[in-house]
Amino acid sequence: MNSIVLLIILALYLGILFFIAHWAEKKGNSKWTNNPYIYSLSLAVYCTAWTYYGSIGVAANSGLNYLPIYLGPIIIIPAWMIILKKIIRISRVNKVSSIADFISLRYGNSRFLGAVVTIVCLFGILPYIALQLKSIAETFHVVTQTESSSNIFDDSTTYVAFALAIFASIYGTRYVDASEKRKGIVTAVALESVLKLVFFIIIGVYVTFFVFDGFDDIYAKASLLEHFREKNTIGGLPQAINWFFLCILSLFAIFLLPRQFQVSVIENTRENHVNTAVWLFPLYLLLFNIFVYPIAWGGNILFEGQSVNSDTYSLLIPQLFDNKTLTVMVFLGGFSAAISMIVVSSIGLSTMVSNNLIIPYGLLGRLKHNEQSTINKKIVNIRKIGIFSLIIISYFLYRYFALDYSLFSIGLVAFVIIAQLAPSFFGALFWRRGSRTGAVSGLIVGFVICLYTLLVPYALGITSSDTSFITEGLFGIKLLKPLQLFGLDYLQPVPHALFWSLLFNFMIYIAVSVSFKGNYRERNYAEMFLDINKYITMHENAFVWKGTAYRTDIEKVLIKFLGEERTKRAMNIFNLKYNVDKNEELADARLIKFSENLLTGHIGTASAKILISSVVKEEKITLPEVLKILEESKENIIINKKLTETSNELKEISAKLHEANVSLMEKDKQKDEFLDTVTHELRTPITAIRASSEILYDDDEIPEELRKQFLQNIISESDRLNRLIDKILDLEKFETGRQKVNFATHKVLQTIENAIEPLQQLINNKYIHVHIEGNSNLKADFDEDRIVQVVTNLVSNAIKFCPETNGLITLAVYEKHDFVQVEVSDNGKGIAPNDFENIFDKFYQSTNQNFKKPIGSGLGLAICKQIIEHHKGKIWATNNATGGGCLSFTIPKKQQP
Amino acid sequence: MKKILIVDDEPNIVMSLEYTFKKNNFEVFIARDGQEALDILKTQFPDIIILDIMMPFVDGFETLEQIKKNEQLNHCKVIFLSAKNKESDIEKGMALGADAYLTKPFSIKKVVEQVNDLLE
Repeated sequence: MNSIVLLIILALYLGILFFIAHWAEKKGNSKWTNNPYIYSLSLAVYCTAWTYYGSIGVAANSGLNYLPIYLGPIIIIPAWMIILKKIIRISRVNKVSSIADFISLRYGNSRFLGAVVTIVCLFGILPYIALQLKSIAETFHVVTQTESSSNIFDDSTTYVAFALAIFASIYGTRYVDASEKRKGIVTAVALESVLKLVFFIIIGVYVTFFVFDGFDDIYAKASLLEHFREKNTIGGLPQAINWFFLCILSLFAIFLLPRQFQVSVIENTRENHVNTAVWLFPLYLLLFNIFVYPIAWGGNILFEGQSVNSDTYSLLIPQLFDNKTLTVMVFLGGFSAAISMIVVSSIGLSTMVSNNLIIPYGLLGRLKHNEQSTINKKIVNIRKIGIFSLIIISYFLYRYFALDYSLFSIGLVAFVIIAQLAPSFFGALFWRRGSRTGAVSGLIVGFVICLYTLLVPYALGITSSDTSFITEGLFGIKLLKPLQLFGLDYLQPVPHALFWSLLFNFMIYIAVSVSFKGNYRERNYAEMFLDINKYITMHENAFVWKGTAYRTDIEKVLIKFLGEERTKRAMNIFNLKYNVDKNEELADARLIKFSENLLTGHIGTASAKILISSVVKEEKITLPEVLKILEESKENIIINKKLTETSNELKEISAKLHEANVSLMEKDKQKDEFLDTVTHELRTPITAIRASSEILYDDDEIPEELRKQFLQNIISESDRLNRLIDKILDLEKFETGRQKVNFATHKVLQTIENAIEPLQQLINNKYIHVHIEGNSNLKADFDEDRIVQVVTNLVSNAIKFCPETNGLITLAVYEKHDFVQVEVSDNGKGIAPNDFENIFDKFYQSTNQNFKKPIGSGLGLAICKQIIEHHKGKIWATNNATGGGCLSFTIPKKQQP
Repeated sequence: MKKILIVDDEPNIVMSLEYTFKKNNFEVFIARDGQEALDILKTQFPDIIILDIMMPFVDGFETLEQIKKNEQLNHCKVIFLSAKNKESDIEKGMALGADAYLTKPFSIKKVVEQVNDLLE
């Protein structure tokens, strides 16, 4: 394909990305740019051109070795979610804008540590960016079938790099505050992630199903190739250890690579987005790996015996079949992978360089004398120039330090260098004692070992084994052979370098940290990092500071960097948050921390500290004092927690009280209703007695027959009154336990018949049919009089509820395991289900009776319940199959003595 | 001859009232609950009704509401005669339009007096 045509396609493609980034930046908070999927997809910046092309190369040359780089992240993902959320919280409250900021803040806003971290990142990442440019250049030449030109102005890659540098510097530094979100860039990166995956899968499907006849076909043909078997086994123990270290390496990379830190922490808009990333990101990596193998071995089959670069199989295969569209598509996918890495990394690096090298070491003194607008402009320009020059420097790295190695190995070298941040980084999150000196010395030693065991041998040329440094060791000392340090000879160069550098790095970090007393500020930040969840809302409270400072001085500094308006707004927020009087002259620890935070996004944590310290008079605090203050603040927090707990308990109790009150009122209402009923029941016979007596007293002419009738009324009503009083007393006796129960063995059916006998007249009057069933020999221990009372009551109830015609009462006796069950059911209208429980309450009148006259006094069933419970049985109400009411009770066959 | 309807489910109380009003030259009708009373009122238009409140099926309050709906019974006076003697019950009864409210137990003479007062 013609170079000019491809360049035009590239320009169009970049134009679209420009447009998307621009649109997303303008849209700001729309749900298209601010959602968990954009976030998760932006994390896929992890898959660079190295993944896109390089893993095919590795799979083609050495089989499964490409896998650990993806296994590491997938294995760590559950823990990653928890740790990442913590990092995001710490970074949010402290306005962290890069990994260098993050680490140096934890170790007491250390300027030096920030600088060291930045330099380490530069060493790791610049060649990595160069690697991406290399992949763009190489694939460009593959697609156009041209040779790379030695004149940089003739080489089209130069212009691509230049365009990228401009794109990144424009969209990477919209704001002075580096902790602000870059929606445009993130959206563009997410889109690129989708494109590179889709194009990669398309070429995978093409190779597997169109060039070949599916996975089986490729396997069948590949297994005939030479060395197939050796290349596709993990190997013995040494190889397994290599694998292990590679997994560890990629596991660290997912946390520490500046571009990963940038997209996962700095650009995170909502913590919850991590929950989506936790499944979507590994899924993405898995999808990316499905076709690596078929393409690699498909390439091996097609190009057997030819000297072609296996990294570019995915381009060469469609080209071989003259499929131009597919070739260009694959190229654009790889281009997407490369530019997202380049853009995001250069933004991250440039923030680090400006906030941790240029501003604190060079510009800070001069900036102080400038106006706010000039300062802002200067800072933004530093970053813009930073991004631009980083990309251009990488381009020269690619051009002049012939990067002769495969994509994969350069990528791994970068990983090893970045992994040096691991001890101080994870120490920052999990270890209180970790100190600045420990972090710095570990980092430097680790880095030097990397230089010695990896960078130098690579620079000298790993392939040309004629260098005596590699074969004989430094000064000819065999133990110092860079690739077999201290005689460790079974690891490949990368795991080997990782092992030694990290071992020393970790040990020195720990040894130095525990040997020397740290600075109080380190310890202060250690507490804040470790217990971030406690301090998240009022984190300024956890900052320990003593000395004298005037608010006006601090405000002056803030105005310089933030401007009058923003400073005023920030101060108002502070006053409101901590309830501070605005006329307060002196600043406290909280204001110091608050102001440092405000500046951190602009100029980095170290410079912020330097600036604030320049206008305040700080007193030295001893470490024990800090610990004491922290202890106190922790106690406060504990007290607070206890207060919250107590208040919750109180709330619970109050809820229970309320409940109890409601049920009491309910009971009270029931009691009122019962009293109503009882007084009604008492007054009714009294009324009849009184009326009859009055007539008899006043009327002498009353006929004899009527006179007798009235007297009869008085007698029967008196009896009725007496029975009612008996019932009340009965119930009272049961309730107070004074009622004696006389157990003896009786035939159950016989007792039931005895109970029904006196009711026969009533039953006959209503023409009710009574049906009794059960074994007539069934016996149980009970007080016969009491059970007769129960059955009488239940049957009287049933009589009342039976319909006027065709009344039917069924009495059934069942023998169960060790008890007897008696059921009394009628064919009336049944019992309301919400009365099932309550009808046995002594004060209970069915709620649906309203003012209509309740049937019975409301005492009969309450007494039945007492009797059955005294027999250690149960009584309950249901409705039977025909809808009529059914009351059942059980009594044990044998009463325990 | 004045007509009176006595509505109560207690036969012994009804008996005393029936005897007394007959003796006082009333034509007496008896109902054992609200529904029976309403049935009687379809054909008979008494001058006065003595109404119990707590009765099965249709209670006194409901019965009075039905009576008030019937224009032919506009002239008819209604006395509640109930064992419910709480103020709230009395208020409710009067609010429904009863002409008097007497509580049980009652003095027969007082009931007769009240009836005569209302009919004058």
